[in-house]
Amino acid sequence: MSVSLACELNTQKRPELHLADPQPNVSKLEVVASTTPEPAPQMRRPHASTAPDKIFKYLTVTAALSVVAVVLLIVFELVWHSRLAISKFGFGFFAGSDWDPVSGEFGALPFIYGTLVSSLIALIIAVPLGIGVAIFINEMCPRRLRTLLSFTVELLAAIPSVIYGLWGIFVLVPFLRVHVDPLLKANLGWTGLFTGPIYGIGMLAAGVILSIMVVPFISSITREVMLTVPQNQREGVLALGATQWEMIRTGILRNARVGITGGIILGLGRALGETMAVTMVIGNRPEIAKSLFAPGYTMASMIANEFSEATSQLYLSAIVEIGLALFLLTLVVNGLARLLVWMTTRGSPSRVYG
Amino acid sequence: MGVGIEVRGLRAWFGASEALHGISVEMRPNTVTAIIGPSGCGKSTFVRCLNRMHETIPGARVEGEVRIGSTDVYGNGTPAVEVRRRVGMVFQKPNPFPTMTIYDNVAAGLKLNGFRNRRELDETVERSLHMAALWDEVKDGLKKQSGASLSGGQQQRLCIARALAVQPEVLLMDEPASALDPISTAKIEDLIYQLKERFTVVIVTHNMQQAARVAEWTGFFLMGDLIEFDKTQKIFTTPGDKRTEDYITGRFG
Repeated sequence: MSVSLACELNTQKRPELHLADPQPNVSKLEVVASTTPEPAPQMRRPHASTAPDKIFKYLTVTAALSVVAVVLLIVFELVWHSRLAISKFGFGFFAGSDWDPVSGEFGALPFIYGTLVSSLIALIIAVPLGIGVAIFINEMCPRRLRTLLSFTVELLAAIPSVIYGLWGIFVLVPFLRVHVDPLLKANLGWTGLFTGPIYGIGMLAAGVILSIMVVPFISSITREVMLTVPQNQREGVLALGATQWEMIRTGILRNARVGITGGIILGLGRALGETMAVTMVIGNRPEIAKSLFAPGYTMASMIANEFSEATSQLYLSAIVEIGLALFLLTLVVNGLARLLVWMTTRGSPSRVYG
Repeated sequence: MGVGIEVRGLRAWFGASEALHGISVEMRPNTVTAIIGPSGCGKSTFVRCLNRMHETIPGARVEGEVRIGSTDVYGNGTPAVEVRRRVGMVFQKPNPFPTMTIYDNVAAGLKLNGFRNRRELDETVERSLHMAALWDEVKDGLKKQSGASLSGGQQQRLCIARALAVQPEVLLMDEPASALDPISTAKIEDLIYQLKERFTVVIVTHNMQQAARVAEWTGFFLMGDLIEFDKTQKIFTTPGDKRTEDYITGRFG
């Protein structure tokens, strides 16, 4: 009798207890559990109701599944809205290089070319830069500077891309036009990559902007995988009489190469999908030109520019199909990158005994 | 051929804490010296000072004099890289390079030192693997198998072969068998016994039987001091210091 009375008292006091309780570790679970007729307070936990756990579980499962559902819905919508272009052009869509909305000719090749070339330029610049930054921060940087430097580099990733675009238009493009492009033209003009009129705006400017945006991705992933290389690998190389650079090359970079590749591909994924900054400096002309000074167009920037102008159903459908292609491309690239990074940082396939 | 090691007033620090308080000792060419002592007594730090590996740890610092053969290890004009090439080291945990084949593991040191001649490399790799008693076990997978695909004992012998390939004068071994099973340990011990014909060997060990089996000389370290250094037989039968006796009879450590 006294036991049940205590329980009732407990139940009545419940809201007050809950609010006034200074201990944060007394959870809602326990308060709910106190309504069940369990005699000893310390016995409540093992016999606590599982209902809140179940609710919590279903909530989280719903949240997790909704992400998957969103991805599937996006794929479905992209396919559905591009059905007109898919049925009209088939695979020829990706081989055609004419983009003429007026006469209803749609070929995706200039955009695919622009996306790939601008991303390639970005990687050519950003890979050595990003890996160099990672090596310096991890291996050579004075401790005090390390935090500041890595913070600054990672801050680059937080700058909105439209700001990069503005900076590109007002600073980078004039700089390229006046100082860099003429030099390239004079010295490397024979390659055919740096010929023709110099506007500043064009494929090269887009690649350079992208490279700056991609560096933080490459360097932070590279730093992360470099840190997973065991100390004994460094010492093993040093003990053979290696210099610091040889140690970094043989002991660290060689062991981390799979993960670094993952970081590079992750950067590529970012470069492929980048829209705003590229749109502002690439020149937006659907042409395939060998010279990097010439204006180009990427898949992402075309979608952003022309979506609102698409008047015919076929035009709109062609734009959505390019969106579908871009989506699948970045999905595959990112998936591959994550897999490579995961392989080095978690289930490393080449583990050393012990 | 091995060379002698002469240490005078060697002190070592990790940041502000002093790990070695002035060690002086002399080791003769082509001998095996065991360094024994309880955990944290400075054994590993001592051998790592002999090839300047100690200073690779951030905040670590060394004072005193070390001579290996005619080389002044901490002399002004002596590069650490040069010292490490002449003083090979084998670590407690086998650390083959997992991204390299067995062949490349052994050849790694040679390539770092600029050897490019195919035939010379082949010969040295084979000779080093023979010396490390590993040749027969790996000769078929030499250029196909990864160094990490071997068993633990084989990996450690691969690391020994890697250290021997650069033809050092001194070989330091920091508890080389503590991560291995008894059979692999026996193989490594046999090996050490043979290696002293060509090298001066210093081996750190937790295992006193091992010290008794392989070493002619033994040094006992305690809390950063070298308490006693003498013939192994003398240390284990009639130690001169009470603390040595306590340690080898198992009263502490």
